Amino acid sequence: MKQAAFESLHVSEWSAFERLLENDPRAPLRGADFPRLYRRVCQHLALARDRAYGPDLVDRLNALALRGHRVLYGAEGMRRNQLAEFFLRRLPLMVREELPLVLTAALLFFGPFALVALALQRYPDFVAYLLSPHELADLQRMYDPANPHPGMRPADSNVLMFAFYIWNNVKIGFQTFAGGMLLGLGTIFYLVLNGLQIGAAAGYLTQIGYGVPFWSFVAGHSAPELTAIVLSGAAGLRLGAALIAPGRLTRRAALTAAARRAVQLVYGAAALFTIAAFVEAFWSPVGFVPAQIKYAVGASLWSALLAYLALVGGRHAR
Amino acid sequence: MVLDTAHEVPTPEGIDIELRPAGPMARASAWLVDLLLRLGILITIWITAGLLGKFGLALTLLSAFFLEWLIPAWCEVRWNGATPGKKALGLMVVHDDGTPVRWPAALTRNLLRAVDFLPLLYLFGFVAMCLSRDFKRLGDHAAGTLVVFRPALGGSHDVPPAAALAPARALSLAEQRAIVDFAERSTALTADRAAELAEIAEPLVGTARGAAATERLIGIANYLLGRQ
Repeated sequence: MKQAAFESLHVSEWSAFERLLENDPRAPLRGADFPRLYRRVCQHLALARDRAYGPDLVDRLNALALRGHRVLYGAEGMRRNQLAEFFLRRLPLMVREELPLVLTAALLFFGPFALVALALQRYPDFVAYLLSPHELADLQRMYDPANPHPGMRPADSNVLMFAFYIWNNVKIGFQTFAGGMLLGLGTIFYLVLNGLQIGAAAGYLTQIGYGVPFWSFVAGHSAPELTAIVLSGAAGLRLGAALIAPGRLTRRAALTAAARRAVQLVYGAAALFTIAAFVEAFWSPVGFVPAQIKYAVGASLWSALLAYLALVGGRHAR
Repeated sequence: MVLDTAHEVPTPEGIDIELRPAGPMARASAWLVDLLLRLGILITIWITAGLLGKFGLALTLLSAFFLEWLIPAWCEVRWNGATPGKKALGLMVVHDDGTPVRWPAALTRNLLRAVDFLPLLYLFGFVAMCLSRDFKRLGDHAAGTLVVFRPALGGSHDVPPAAALAPARALSLAEQRAIVDFAERSTALTADRAAELAEIAEPLVGTARGAAATERLIGIANYLLGRQ
Protein backbone atom coordinates (compact mmCIF):
# COMPACT_ATOMS: atom_id res chain seq x y z
CA MET A 1 0.00 0.00 0.00
CA LYS A 2 1.24 3.43 -0.91
CA GLN A 3 1.66 6.02 1.80
CA ALA A 4 -1.08 8.38 0.61
CA ALA A 5 -3.65 5.59 0.58
CA PHE A 6 -2.47 4.40 4.00
CA GLU A 7 -2.80 7.89 5.40
CA SER A 8 -6.25 8.57 4.03
CA LEU A 9 -7.41 5.16 5.26
CA HIS A 10 -6.33 5.68 8.86
CA VAL A 11 -6.17 9.40 9.43
CA SER A 12 -9.59 9.45 11.10
CA GLU A 13 -8.41 6.96 13.73
CA TRP A 14 -5.29 9.01 14.40
CA SER A 15 -7.20 12.21 14.90
CA ALA A 16 -9.71 10.43 17.13
CA PHE A 17 -6.80 9.15 19.20
CA GLU A 18 -5.26 12.61 19.31
CA ARG A 19 -8.54 14.08 20.53
CA LEU A 20 -8.57 11.57 23.38
CA LEU A 21 -5.00 12.56 24.25
CA GLU A 22 -5.84 16.25 24.30
CA ASN A 23 -8.53 15.64 26.93
CA ASP A 24 -7.91 15.96 30.60
CA PRO A 25 -4.90 13.76 31.47
CA ARG A 26 -7.06 11.31 33.38
CA ALA A 27 -9.99 11.24 31.00
CA PRO A 28 -8.62 9.14 28.10
CA LEU A 29 -8.63 5.95 30.12
CA ARG A 30 -12.33 6.33 30.75
CA GLY A 31 -13.05 6.02 27.08
CA ALA A 32 -13.21 2.33 26.21
CA ASP A 33 -11.82 3.32 22.83
CA PHE A 34 -8.47 4.48 24.15
CA PRO A 35 -6.61 1.17 24.46
CA ARG A 36 -7.99 -0.07 21.15
CA LEU A 37 -6.95 3.08 19.30
CA TYR A 38 -3.56 3.00 20.99
CA ARG A 39 -2.92 -0.50 19.73
CA ARG A 40 -4.02 0.55 16.25
CA VAL A 41 -1.51 3.39 16.32
CA CYS A 42 1.22 0.98 17.44
CA GLN A 43 0.36 -1.33 14.59
CA HIS A 44 0.39 1.54 12.11
CA LEU A 45 3.75 2.70 13.40
CA ALA A 46 5.22 -0.77 12.89
CA LEU A 47 3.77 -0.92 9.37
CA ALA A 48 4.95 2.56 8.49
CA ARG A 49 8.48 1.73 9.60
CA ASP A 50 8.55 -1.58 7.82
CA ARG A 51 7.25 -0.09 4.58
CA ALA A 52 9.70 2.82 4.85
CA TYR A 53 7.04 5.49 4.64
CA GLY A 54 8.24 9.07 4.86
CA PRO A 55 10.02 10.07 8.08
CA ASP A 56 7.44 12.73 8.74
CA LEU A 57 4.65 10.18 8.99
CA VAL A 58 6.81 7.82 11.05
CA ASP A 59 7.70 10.63 13.45
CA ARG A 60 4.07 11.62 13.77
CA LEU A 61 3.01 8.06 14.57
CA ASN A 62 5.97 7.69 16.95
CA ALA A 63 4.89 10.82 18.81
CA LEU A 64 1.31 9.57 19.01
CA ALA A 65 2.41 6.16 20.27
CA LEU A 66 4.71 7.75 22.83
CA ARG A 67 1.98 9.97 24.20
CA GLY A 68 -0.41 7.04 24.32
CA HIS A 69 2.22 4.92 26.06
CA ARG A 70 2.72 7.62 28.69
CA VAL A 71 -1.00 7.79 29.39
CA LEU A 72 -1.63 4.05 29.37
CA TYR A 73 1.40 2.80 31.27
CA GLY A 74 2.21 5.90 33.28
CA ALA A 75 -1.18 6.06 34.96
CA GLU A 76 -0.83 6.25 38.70
CA GLY A 77 -2.49 3.54 40.69
CA MET A 78 -5.69 4.44 42.45
CA ARG A 79 -4.43 3.41 45.88
CA ARG A 80 -5.71 5.57 48.67
CA ASN A 81 -3.95 6.65 51.83
CA GLN A 82 -0.49 6.42 50.36
CA LEU A 83 0.80 8.78 53.01
CA ALA A 84 -0.58 6.69 55.86
CA GLU A 85 0.66 3.51 54.21
CA PHE A 86 4.12 5.02 53.94
CA PHE A 87 4.45 6.19 57.54
CA LEU A 88 2.58 3.33 59.19
CA ARG A 89 4.28 0.58 57.26
CA ARG A 90 6.86 1.24 54.59
CA LEU A 91 9.18 3.60 56.45
CA PRO A 92 9.66 1.60 59.67
CA LEU A 93 9.95 -1.59 57.62
CA MET A 94 12.58 -0.01 55.41
CA VAL A 95 14.55 1.14 58.44
CA ARG A 96 14.50 -2.38 59.87
CA GLU A 97 15.46 -3.94 56.55
CA GLU A 98 18.40 -1.58 56.25
CA LEU A 99 19.35 -1.96 59.89
CA PRO A 100 23.07 -2.69 59.27
CA LEU A 101 23.43 0.53 57.29
CA VAL A 102 21.36 2.51 59.79
CA LEU A 103 23.57 1.29 62.62
CA THR A 104 26.72 2.03 60.62
CA ALA A 105 25.50 5.56 59.96
CA ALA A 106 24.62 5.93 63.65
CA LEU A 107 28.10 4.80 64.63
CA LEU A 108 29.71 7.21 62.15
CA PHE A 109 27.76 10.05 63.70
CA PHE A 110 27.54 9.21 67.40
CA GLY A 111 31.08 7.80 67.57
CA PRO A 112 32.88 11.08 66.83
CA PHE A 113 30.20 12.93 68.81
CA ALA A 114 30.79 10.93 72.01
CA LEU A 115 34.55 10.81 71.51
CA VAL A 116 34.93 14.58 71.22
CA ALA A 117 32.38 15.40 73.92
CA LEU A 118 34.19 13.12 76.37
CA ALA A 119 37.69 14.12 75.32
CA LEU A 120 36.88 17.78 75.92
CA GLN A 121 36.15 17.03 79.59
CA ARG A 122 39.76 15.89 80.05
CA TYR A 123 41.46 18.22 77.55
CA PRO A 124 39.36 21.41 77.33
CA ASP A 125 41.90 23.28 75.20
CA PHE A 126 41.37 20.83 72.36
CA VAL A 127 38.17 22.69 71.46
CA ALA A 128 40.29 25.37 69.78
CA TYR A 129 41.04 22.87 67.00
CA LEU A 130 37.34 22.24 66.33
CA LEU A 131 35.52 25.53 66.71
CA SER A 132 36.58 29.08 65.89
CA PRO A 133 36.73 31.73 68.63
CA HIS A 134 33.76 33.41 67.02
CA GLU A 135 31.70 30.21 67.25
CA LEU A 136 32.76 29.70 70.85
CA ALA A 137 31.66 33.22 71.78
CA ASP A 138 28.33 32.65 70.03
CA LEU A 139 27.79 29.39 71.91
CA GLN A 140 28.63 31.04 75.21
CA ARG A 141 26.17 33.83 74.60
CA MET A 142 23.36 31.51 73.47
CA TYR A 143 23.61 29.06 76.35
CA ASP A 144 24.44 31.49 79.11
CA PRO A 145 22.25 30.38 82.07
CA ALA A 146 21.14 34.00 82.31
CA ASN A 147 19.65 33.94 78.80
CA PRO A 148 15.84 33.72 79.13
CA HIS A 149 15.59 31.92 75.77
CA PRO A 150 18.42 29.41 75.69
CA GLY A 151 19.69 28.50 72.23
CA MET A 152 18.66 31.82 70.71
CA ARG A 153 20.47 35.07 70.24
CA PRO A 154 18.50 38.06 71.54
CA ALA A 155 17.69 39.20 67.99
CA ASP A 156 16.21 35.89 66.83
CA SER A 157 12.52 35.10 66.60
CA ASN A 158 10.93 31.64 66.74
CA VAL A 159 9.57 31.74 63.21
CA LEU A 160 12.90 32.88 61.84
CA MET A 161 14.67 30.08 63.68
CA PHE A 162 12.17 27.58 62.29
CA ALA A 163 12.87 28.72 58.74
CA PHE A 164 16.58 28.67 59.41
CA TYR A 165 16.47 25.11 60.78
CA ILE A 166 14.54 23.89 57.75
CA TRP A 167 16.81 25.67 55.31
CA ASN A 168 20.02 24.60 57.01
CA ASN A 169 19.35 21.20 58.59
CA VAL A 170 17.34 19.65 55.79
CA LYS A 171 20.00 20.83 53.37
CA ILE A 172 22.62 19.03 55.45
CA GLY A 173 20.46 15.91 55.37
CA PHE A 174 20.08 16.07 51.60
CA GLN A 175 23.80 16.62 51.13
CA THR A 176 24.56 13.67 53.38
CA PHE A 177 22.34 11.54 51.15
CA ALA A 178 23.77 12.88 47.89
CA GLY A 179 27.32 12.29 49.12
CA GLY A 180 26.60 8.58 48.78
CA MET A 181 27.14 8.94 45.04
CA LEU A 182 30.86 9.47 45.74
CA LEU A 183 31.22 5.80 46.73
CA GLY A 184 29.73 6.72 50.10
CA LEU A 185 32.66 8.95 50.98
CA GLY A 186 30.62 12.14 50.94
CA THR A 187 28.12 10.60 53.33
CA ILE A 188 30.83 9.46 55.72
CA PHE A 189 32.38 12.92 55.55
CA TYR A 190 29.16 14.72 56.48
CA LEU A 191 28.25 12.23 59.23
CA VAL A 192 31.66 12.46 60.91
CA LEU A 193 31.87 16.22 60.42
CA ASN A 194 28.46 16.81 62.00
CA GLY A 195 29.27 14.41 64.81
CA LEU A 196 32.49 16.32 65.53
CA GLN A 197 30.85 19.75 65.42
CA ILE A 198 27.91 18.88 67.64
CA GLY A 199 30.14 16.88 69.97
CA ALA A 200 32.52 19.83 70.25
CA ALA A 201 29.70 22.22 71.14
CA ALA A 202 28.23 19.78 73.68
CA GLY A 203 31.60 19.00 75.26
CA TYR A 204 32.67 22.60 75.44
CA LEU A 205 29.45 23.90 77.00
CA THR A 206 29.34 21.07 79.52
CA GLN A 207 32.94 21.70 80.46
CA ILE A 208 32.46 25.42 81.09
CA GLY A 209 29.43 24.68 83.26
CA TYR A 210 26.65 25.64 80.83
CA GLY A 211 25.54 22.00 80.63
CA VAL A 212 22.01 22.44 81.95
CA PRO A 213 20.85 25.15 79.52
CA PHE A 214 22.48 23.29 76.62
CA TRP A 215 21.25 19.78 77.33
CA SER A 216 17.77 20.93 78.26
CA PHE A 217 17.64 22.94 75.02
CA VAL A 218 18.66 20.06 72.77
CA ALA A 219 16.78 17.32 74.66
CA GLY A 220 13.45 18.04 72.97
CA HIS A 221 14.45 17.99 69.33
CA SER A 222 17.40 15.62 69.62
CA ALA A 223 15.36 12.52 68.85
CA PRO A 224 13.84 13.56 65.50
CA GLU A 225 16.87 15.57 64.39
CA LEU A 226 19.63 13.07 65.10
CA THR A 227 17.52 10.20 63.79
CA ALA A 228 16.95 12.19 60.62
CA ILE A 229 20.69 12.69 60.17
CA VAL A 230 21.28 8.98 60.70
CA LEU A 231 18.54 8.03 58.20
CA SER A 232 19.97 10.42 55.58
CA GLY A 233 23.34 8.83 56.23
CA ALA A 234 21.92 5.33 55.85
CA ALA A 235 20.33 6.36 52.55
CA GLY A 236 23.64 7.74 51.31
CA LEU A 237 25.50 4.61 52.42
CA ARG A 238 22.94 2.53 50.50
CA LEU A 239 23.93 4.32 47.29
CA GLY A 240 27.62 3.98 48.07
CA ALA A 241 27.28 0.28 48.88
CA ALA A 242 25.49 -0.34 45.59
CA LEU A 243 28.33 1.33 43.70
CA ILE A 244 31.07 -0.52 45.55
CA ALA A 245 29.43 -3.96 45.68
CA PRO A 246 26.73 -4.17 43.00
CA GLY A 247 26.38 -7.93 43.40
CA ARG A 248 24.97 -9.65 40.36
CA LEU A 249 23.68 -6.48 38.77
CA THR A 250 25.54 -3.97 36.66
CA ARG A 251 26.66 -0.95 38.65
CA ARG A 252 24.05 1.23 37.03
CA ALA A 253 21.20 -1.21 37.68
CA ALA A 254 22.35 -1.70 41.26
CA LEU A 255 22.48 2.07 41.76
CA THR A 256 18.98 2.60 40.37
CA ALA A 257 17.57 -0.17 42.56
CA ALA A 258 19.38 1.18 45.62
CA ALA A 259 18.18 4.73 44.97
CA ARG A 260 14.58 3.55 44.81
CA ARG A 261 14.94 2.20 48.35
CA ALA A 262 17.17 4.94 49.68
CA VAL A 263 14.86 7.76 48.65
CA GLN A 264 12.22 6.37 50.99
CA LEU A 265 14.61 6.79 53.89
CA VAL A 266 15.12 10.37 52.69
CA TYR A 267 11.36 10.99 52.77
CA GLY A 268 11.40 9.80 56.37
CA ALA A 269 14.42 11.95 57.19
CA ALA A 270 12.80 15.04 55.67
CA ALA A 271 9.65 14.49 57.74
CA LEU A 272 11.71 14.05 60.91
CA PHE A 273 13.77 17.16 60.14
CA THR A 274 10.55 19.15 59.83
CA ILE A 275 9.27 17.87 63.17
CA ALA A 276 12.66 18.64 64.70
CA ALA A 277 12.60 22.19 63.33
CA PHE A 278 9.19 22.78 64.90
CA VAL A 279 10.28 21.48 68.29
CA GLU A 280 13.61 23.29 68.12
CA ALA A 281 12.04 26.62 67.21
CA PHE A 282 8.95 26.63 69.40
CA TRP A 283 9.57 24.31 72.37
CA SER A 284 13.30 24.05 73.01
CA PRO A 285 13.97 27.79 73.64
CA VAL A 286 11.09 28.18 76.11
CA GLY A 287 12.91 29.43 79.18
CA PHE A 288 10.45 29.03 82.02
CA VAL A 289 10.00 25.24 81.78
CA PRO A 290 12.22 23.44 84.30
CA ALA A 291 15.05 21.40 82.85
CA GLN A 292 13.67 18.17 84.35
CA ILE A 293 10.49 18.49 82.29
CA LYS A 294 12.49 19.14 79.14
CA TYR A 295 14.60 16.07 79.80
CA ALA A 296 11.44 14.04 80.35
CA VAL A 297 9.92 15.29 77.08
CA GLY A 298 13.15 14.51 75.24
CA ALA A 299 13.31 11.03 76.70
CA SER A 300 9.71 10.28 75.81
CA LEU A 301 10.26 11.51 72.25
CA TRP A 302 13.30 9.24 71.97
CA SER A 303 11.39 6.21 73.24
CA ALA A 304 8.37 6.97 71.07
CA LEU A 305 10.52 7.36 67.95
CA LEU A 306 12.59 4.25 68.61
CA ALA A 307 9.46 2.24 69.41
CA TYR A 308 7.87 3.49 66.18
CA LEU A 309 10.87 2.46 64.10
CA ALA A 310 11.25 -0.87 65.87
CA LEU A 311 7.65 -2.03 66.15
CA VAL A 312 5.21 -0.35 63.76
CA GLY A 313 4.35 -1.98 60.45
CA GLY A 314 4.45 -5.62 61.39
CA ARG A 315 6.80 -8.06 59.79
CA HIS A 316 7.72 -7.89 56.17
CA ALA A 317 6.70 -10.92 54.14
CA ARG A 318 9.58 -11.17 51.72
CA MET B 1 21.39 5.30 12.04
CA VAL B 2 24.39 4.07 14.01
CA LEU B 3 25.36 7.65 14.73
CA ASP B 4 21.91 8.38 16.07
CA THR B 5 21.38 9.12 19.76
CA ALA B 6 17.81 7.82 19.70
CA HIS B 7 16.85 5.82 22.78
CA GLU B 8 14.45 3.01 21.92
CA VAL B 9 11.79 1.90 24.35
CA PRO B 10 10.25 -1.49 23.59
CA THR B 11 6.56 -1.58 24.47
CA PRO B 12 4.26 -4.52 25.25
CA GLU B 13 2.66 -3.98 21.85
CA GLY B 14 5.87 -5.18 20.23
CA ILE B 15 6.99 -1.85 18.83
CA ASP B 16 9.92 0.40 19.71
CA ILE B 17 9.11 3.97 20.55
CA GLU B 18 11.94 6.38 19.87
CA LEU B 19 12.98 9.01 22.42
CA ARG B 20 15.49 11.74 21.67
CA PRO B 21 17.74 12.36 24.69
CA ALA B 22 18.76 15.99 25.10
CA GLY B 23 22.45 16.89 25.20
CA PRO B 24 24.38 19.07 27.65
CA MET B 25 23.82 22.32 25.73
CA ALA B 26 20.02 22.13 25.73
CA ARG B 27 19.96 21.03 29.35
CA ALA B 28 22.38 23.74 30.47
CA SER B 29 20.17 26.34 28.79
CA ALA B 30 17.10 24.94 30.55
CA TRP B 31 19.00 25.06 33.83
CA LEU B 32 19.96 28.68 33.20
CA VAL B 33 16.34 29.66 32.54
CA ASP B 34 15.31 27.90 35.77
CA LEU B 35 18.11 29.56 37.70
CA LEU B 36 17.17 33.05 36.53
CA LEU B 37 13.52 32.38 37.27
CA ARG B 38 14.40 31.09 40.72
CA LEU B 39 16.56 34.10 41.48
CA GLY B 40 13.84 36.42 40.20
CA ILE B 41 11.21 34.85 42.45
CA LEU B 42 13.53 34.81 45.42
CA ILE B 43 14.53 38.45 45.05
CA THR B 44 10.87 39.44 44.66
CA ILE B 45 9.95 37.57 47.84
CA TRP B 46 12.96 39.00 49.62
CA ILE B 47 12.03 42.57 48.73
CA THR B 48 8.30 42.30 49.44
CA ALA B 49 8.73 40.13 52.53
CA GLY B 50 11.42 42.49 53.76
CA LEU B 51 8.60 44.77 54.85
CA LEU B 52 7.52 42.09 57.32
CA GLY B 53 10.75 42.13 59.28
CA LYS B 54 11.86 38.84 60.78
CA PHE B 55 8.80 37.03 59.58
CA GLY B 56 9.67 38.14 56.06
CA LEU B 57 13.21 36.86 56.44
CA ALA B 58 11.79 33.53 57.61
CA LEU B 59 9.58 33.44 54.53
CA THR B 60 12.59 34.13 52.31
CA LEU B 61 14.62 31.33 53.87
CA LEU B 62 11.76 28.85 53.49
CA SER B 63 11.23 29.90 49.87
CA ALA B 64 14.94 29.50 49.18
CA PHE B 65 14.80 25.97 50.56
CA PHE B 66 11.71 24.94 48.59
CA LEU B 67 12.83 26.59 45.36
CA GLU B 68 16.20 24.90 45.56
CA TRP B 69 15.19 21.35 46.43
CA LEU B 70 11.52 20.53 46.15
CA ILE B 71 9.78 22.81 43.65
CA PRO B 72 11.77 21.49 40.65
CA ALA B 73 10.77 17.92 41.54
CA TRP B 74 7.18 19.02 42.05
CA CYS B 75 7.17 20.66 38.59
CA GLU B 76 8.53 17.54 36.97
CA VAL B 77 5.86 15.35 38.55
CA ARG B 78 2.94 17.71 37.96
CA TRP B 79 3.77 19.46 34.70
CA ASN B 80 4.42 16.61 32.33
CA GLY B 81 8.04 16.15 33.32
CA ALA B 82 9.15 19.73 32.82
CA THR B 83 10.34 22.60 34.98
CA PRO B 84 9.66 26.00 33.38
CA GLY B 85 13.17 26.00 31.90
CA LYS B 86 12.72 22.55 30.40
CA LYS B 87 9.34 23.55 29.04
CA ALA B 88 10.88 26.60 27.40
CA LEU B 89 13.55 24.45 25.74
CA GLY B 90 11.05 21.74 24.73
CA LEU B 91 12.51 19.14 27.09
CA MET B 92 10.90 16.72 29.50
CA VAL B 93 11.97 14.16 32.07
CA VAL B 94 10.75 10.59 31.64
CA HIS B 95 11.56 7.27 33.24
CA ASP B 96 13.92 5.06 31.24
CA ASP B 97 10.88 3.24 29.87
CA GLY B 98 9.28 6.43 28.58
CA THR B 99 6.58 6.68 31.26
CA PRO B 100 5.98 9.99 33.07
CA VAL B 101 8.34 10.64 35.94
CA ARG B 102 6.91 10.21 39.47
CA TRP B 103 7.88 11.35 42.94
CA PRO B 104 10.60 8.85 43.90
CA ALA B 105 12.56 9.36 40.69
CA ALA B 106 11.93 13.10 40.50
CA LEU B 107 13.07 13.62 44.07
CA THR B 108 16.10 11.36 43.66
CA ARG B 109 17.36 13.19 40.60
CA ASN B 110 16.75 16.61 42.13
CA LEU B 111 18.42 15.83 45.46
CA LEU B 112 21.42 14.30 43.70
CA ARG B 113 22.01 17.56 41.88
CA ALA B 114 24.13 18.32 44.94
CA VAL B 115 26.66 15.76 43.67
CA ASP B 116 26.36 16.62 40.00
CA PHE B 117 27.19 20.20 40.93
CA LEU B 118 30.57 19.23 42.39
CA PRO B 119 33.33 20.35 42.29
CA LEU B 120 31.78 23.46 40.73
CA LEU B 121 29.19 24.36 38.11
CA TYR B 122 27.98 20.81 37.41
CA LEU B 123 31.36 19.49 36.32
CA PHE B 124 30.61 15.94 37.53
CA GLY B 125 27.23 16.09 35.87
CA PHE B 126 28.78 17.27 32.61
CA VAL B 127 31.43 14.54 32.60
CA ALA B 128 28.81 11.91 33.43
CA MET B 129 26.64 13.17 30.56
CA CYS B 130 29.49 12.98 28.10
CA LEU B 131 30.32 9.42 29.18
CA SER B 132 26.75 8.24 28.89
CA ARG B 133 25.01 7.27 25.67
CA ASP B 134 21.77 8.90 26.79
CA PHE B 135 23.37 12.06 28.27
CA LYS B 136 22.54 11.06 31.83
CA ARG B 137 23.97 12.96 34.74
CA LEU B 138 24.63 11.09 37.98
CA GLY B 139 21.17 11.89 39.34
CA ASP B 140 19.60 10.45 36.20
CA HIS B 141 21.58 7.22 36.57
CA ALA B 142 20.38 6.78 40.14
CA ALA B 143 16.78 7.77 39.44
CA GLY B 144 16.55 5.82 36.18
CA THR B 145 15.39 8.87 34.24
CA LEU B 146 16.09 10.48 30.88
CA VAL B 147 15.77 14.05 29.72
CA VAL B 148 14.34 13.96 26.21
CA PHE B 149 13.08 16.37 23.61
CA ARG B 150 9.31 16.60 23.69
CA PRO B 151 8.26 14.87 20.48
CA ALA B 152 6.93 17.30 17.92
CA LEU B 153 3.58 16.33 16.51
CA GLY B 154 4.88 16.09 12.93
CA GLY B 155 2.92 17.41 9.99
CA SER B 156 5.27 20.31 9.52
CA HIS B 157 7.12 18.96 6.50
CA ASP B 158 4.65 17.68 3.98
CA VAL B 159 5.91 16.60 0.58
CA PRO B 160 4.99 19.44 -1.80
CA PRO B 161 2.31 18.21 -4.19
CA ALA B 162 3.38 17.74 -7.81
CA ALA B 163 2.48 15.59 -10.77
CA ALA B 164 3.39 11.99 -9.98
CA LEU B 165 6.32 10.70 -12.00
CA ALA B 166 7.24 7.02 -12.20
CA PRO B 167 10.95 6.42 -11.55
CA ALA B 168 13.00 5.08 -14.44
CA ARG B 169 14.09 2.02 -12.47
CA ALA B 170 12.92 -0.05 -9.53
CA LEU B 171 13.93 1.40 -6.17
CA SER B 172 14.80 -0.39 -2.96
CA LEU B 173 12.94 0.56 0.23
CA ALA B 174 15.92 2.51 1.53
CA GLU B 175 16.14 4.44 -1.73
CA GLN B 176 12.43 5.18 -1.70
CA ARG B 177 12.67 6.43 1.84
CA ALA B 178 15.65 8.63 0.97
CA ILE B 179 13.71 10.28 -1.84
CA VAL B 180 10.61 10.91 0.28
CA ASP B 181 12.87 12.19 3.02
CA PHE B 182 14.47 14.60 0.56
CA ALA B 183 11.11 15.77 -0.74
CA GLU B 184 9.86 16.44 2.79
CA ARG B 185 12.93 18.50 3.58
CA SER B 186 13.12 20.29 0.23
CA THR B 187 10.94 23.17 1.43
CA ALA B 188 13.33 23.82 4.30
CA LEU B 189 16.42 23.86 2.05
CA THR B 190 17.62 26.67 -0.18
CA ALA B 191 16.85 26.09 -3.85
CA ASP B 192 20.56 25.73 -4.69
CA ARG B 193 21.19 23.18 -1.97
CA ALA B 194 18.06 21.22 -2.94
CA ALA B 195 19.20 21.13 -6.56
CA GLU B 196 22.71 20.10 -5.56
CA LEU B 197 21.28 17.16 -3.60
CA ALA B 198 18.80 16.23 -6.31
CA GLU B 199 21.53 16.08 -8.96
CA ILE B 200 23.27 13.33 -6.99
CA ALA B 201 20.42 10.96 -7.88
CA GLU B 202 21.53 10.93 -11.52
CA PRO B 203 19.91 7.64 -12.59
CA LEU B 204 16.57 9.19 -11.64
CA VAL B 205 16.89 12.81 -12.72
CA GLY B 206 18.91 12.02 -15.87
CA THR B 207 20.23 15.11 -17.56
CA ALA B 208 17.97 17.52 -15.67
CA ARG B 209 19.91 20.11 -13.71
CA GLY B 210 19.07 22.75 -11.13
CA ALA B 211 15.42 23.36 -10.28
CA ALA B 212 14.35 20.83 -12.91
CA ALA B 213 16.21 18.07 -11.03
CA THR B 214 14.51 19.02 -7.76
CA GLU B 215 11.12 18.99 -9.46
CA ARG B 216 11.72 15.56 -10.98
CA LEU B 217 12.68 14.11 -7.62
CA ILE B 218 9.64 15.67 -5.90
CA GLY B 219 7.50 14.21 -8.69
CA ILE B 220 8.98 10.77 -8.01
CA ALA B 221 8.33 11.26 -4.28
CA ASN B 222 4.69 11.99 -5.08
CA TYR B 223 4.55 8.82 -7.13
CA LEU B 224 6.09 6.81 -4.26
CA LEU B 225 3.54 8.23 -1.82
CA GLY B 226 0.84 7.02 -4.18
CA ARG B 227 -0.55 10.43 -5.08
CA GLN B 228 -2.20 10.62 -8.48
